[in-house]
Amino acid sequence: MTFEPKIVGFLCNWCSYTGADLAGTARIKYAPNIRSIRVMCSGRIEPTFIMKALYEGADGVLIAGCHPGDCHYQEGNYKALRRHRLLKRILHEYGVEPERVRLEWVAASEGERFAKIVDEFTDQIRELGPLGIKDSLAEAMKDDIDPHEADKEESGVANEA
Amino acid sequence: MSERIGVYVCHCGTNIAGRVDIDEVVEFAKGLDAVTLVREYKFMCSDPGQSLIQKDIEDGLINRVVVASCSPLMHEKTFRNVCTRGGLNEYLFTMANIREQCSWVHVDVERTTDKAKGLIEAAVRRTRLQEPLTKREVPINPRTLVIGGGIAGIQAALDLAEAGKKVVLVEKEPSIGGHMAKFDKTFPTLDCSACILTPKMVSVGQHENIELMSWSEVEDIGGYVGNFNVTVRKKTRYVDADLCNGCGACWEKCPGTRVPRKGNVHEKLSIGPTTSIYIPFMQAVPAIPVIDADTCIRFKNGKCGICAEVCERNAINYDMEDELIEFEVGSIIIATGFQTFDPTPIKRYGYGKLDNVLTAIEFEIMNCASGSTGGNIRMADGSEPKSIGIVHCVGSRDKHYHEYCSRVCCMYALKYSHLIKEKIDAEVYEFYIDLRCFGKGYEEFYDRLLGEDVRFVRGKVAEITEVPIEEAEKGKLVVEVEDTLVGKVRRIPLDMVVLCTGLEAHESLADIAGLCSVSIGKDGFIIEKHPKLGPVATTTDGVFIAGACQSPKDIPDTVAQASAASSAVLSMITREKIEIESATASVDEDKCSGCKICNSLCPYLAIKYDEEKGVSVVNEALCKGCGTCAAGCPSNAISAKHFEDRQIFAEIEGILSA
Repeated sequence: MTFEPKIVGFLCNWCSYTGADLAGTARIKYAPNIRSIRVMCSGRIEPTFIMKALYEGADGVLIAGCHPGDCHYQEGNYKALRRHRLLKRILHEYGVEPERVRLEWVAASEGERFAKIVDEFTDQIRELGPLGIKDSLAEAMKDDIDPHEADKEESGVANEA
Repeated sequence: MSERIGVYVCHCGTNIAGRVDIDEVVEFAKGLDAVTLVREYKFMCSDPGQSLIQKDIEDGLINRVVVASCSPLMHEKTFRNVCTRGGLNEYLFTMANIREQCSWVHVDVERTTDKAKGLIEAAVRRTRLQEPLTKREVPINPRTLVIGGGIAGIQAALDLAEAGKKVVLVEKEPSIGGHMAKFDKTFPTLDCSACILTPKMVSVGQHENIELMSWSEVEDIGGYVGNFNVTVRKKTRYVDADLCNGCGACWEKCPGTRVPRKGNVHEKLSIGPTTSIYIPFMQAVPAIPVIDADTCIRFKNGKCGICAEVCERNAINYDMEDELIEFEVGSIIIATGFQTFDPTPIKRYGYGKLDNVLTAIEFEIMNCASGSTGGNIRMADGSEPKSIGIVHCVGSRDKHYHEYCSRVCCMYALKYSHLIKEKIDAEVYEFYIDLRCFGKGYEEFYDRLLGEDVRFVRGKVAEITEVPIEEAEKGKLVVEVEDTLVGKVRRIPLDMVVLCTGLEAHESLADIAGLCSVSIGKDGFIIEKHPKLGPVATTTDGVFIAGACQSPKDIPDTVAQASAASSAVLSMITREKIEIESATASVDEDKCSGCKICNSLCPYLAIKYDEEKGVSVVNEALCKGCGTCAAGCPSNAISAKHFEDRQIFAEIEGILSA
């Protein structure tokens, strides 16, 4: 059986999520490996979200925002770009290939492009194989990712979950 | 109170059910933590579907809702309303998009079903952690600021004023009227521009609801929708507007001049007095002159003072200074218009170097009956041209300058042909790429011109030169063009050439846009909220656009957009209050280290540092909820409501579990 990677998408509400919806409206078929989370702006996406996704079992993460100059919030996408560049630099220190995290600009009118990106990215991750270091990643990232854990315990949510 | 989540799975006819195994999904959802009931229905968005949810909420069976159906962009509002009607805070609801991003785009039923499960689990886990948010309303100041007093600003201001609303109209020139005041005739009806514009200008000047600030510029804008604070710089006129009665004695006697004293006909083109104290044109509103300090003899060497001597009302005041005026408005309409492309960089067209190569605006002024040539078409030496070439698409539809089509040039070029034929019956050539006569009556106008002996040459002009090759070209301007219909290069000797310069964003537009927090597109014009469905709104609430600041436009389109903008403002004012984003950011003051990183991250300047407390504070009225501050906070002190870290983390866990 071929390996089917799990991919998490973080899409900005105004351009990329709308673009992904357009692929649906136009019935453009693409790989079902991606599952997307909607945020208002790509500028909201923290590097910890990406690490968390990898830690929870994603083999790849796609971040998509408005094209430069088109950000609904003026410049959130530039912030996403800068954070993405920084994250790429440290990924290999965790033993994660930087290609597993991809940033793309997808406009609200680019349904076809979204589908193409997903297909391409899925193939690329399939070639890379599963992210096989999850246990060590978990160990390595424990301190980095867990600041939020502390919040959860405070509010008592972690225990219920 | 523990969470009791109701999950509602929509079949959407066969749109979802055709690709997703609904029974399997329902069984799966039943097994999720905190889910107390799961229902499926053919069309969840239908009345019976909505009632299902509402009833469950009212019966107290559930206190949180997940609807697995189409995209939230489609029906989030619908189901939020259902929650509100049932008495549940609408922020305790999430949509799982199992149609647009699932059943419609995948083929394999098993894998599509798995994905649907993942999306539902993500929604369920996130919903458990969601918190009720209260809708916030702010009152709207009924006064409106209109920036720009061209036809767009005039129309918008009059519409609002007629509806009984107060308007402040700010115009940077000494008079309102804009470009339209410089035109003689308007296409395609050829009605006189001044005749249709002047009455509107006069109404603006006299309207009790319009406060006209001419010779003024917006210096600063703060605040947010419904409550903007505006600072306007009223530039000094050196004439007391309260005393001046516009008699004209000053500019009749003024010895100074704003045009070159020894200039030729073209260099002296003007539609109003060319003196140093002047009104831009005779129908100016307000009819109060301005002293041009750069050319005024008094300001140069202190030796003149004639205007003050002849002024019977003692309105001239050489010591007057700029004034800063602050006021509040609830909405803003940007109507700053356009400027025409400067063809100087296109060296091969010789503008500025060759006499008798004119821009469209110069030719327009020359045709204006109240202009310096009395509406007569003249060469630089004052003689009448025997042949005129009109070059289309100068600066537009050109990758080196502006890629877009300026939309008005074809039509004004045709108007020129007609005027030339009517006035001097010279030979006329139109050099065009395509003729775009798209508006009402435009094609008919073109058709009429075909019968007026105008020569149409299809081809982009390569060069305009005065270097002759043949005898007949001596002393003429030679237009070299590839006639693409004949298939050969032609050289056409002419007396005068008019460059149909395109429209471009005004050089001050980027600054105005910055003040109003609206974005500029790559063409330099303001980006509208939606290219089709939101043409007059912008991404900043309370800021609207009208006319050529959005894209090149002709007069009918500009007027239509101006009226649309004023009606959008009116519908906002009439509500008296406006709902603003609830999902804003908030700072946990205990965690904030006061590093101020977020202050500069915020594109809306909504975060300010509180010196006393030593922490940053979010102004919720300004916050749009993008969440970039939350992502950037190194102390994790900012949370983006409804998109909190823990909610997104829960979503990630859920999306990957199934």
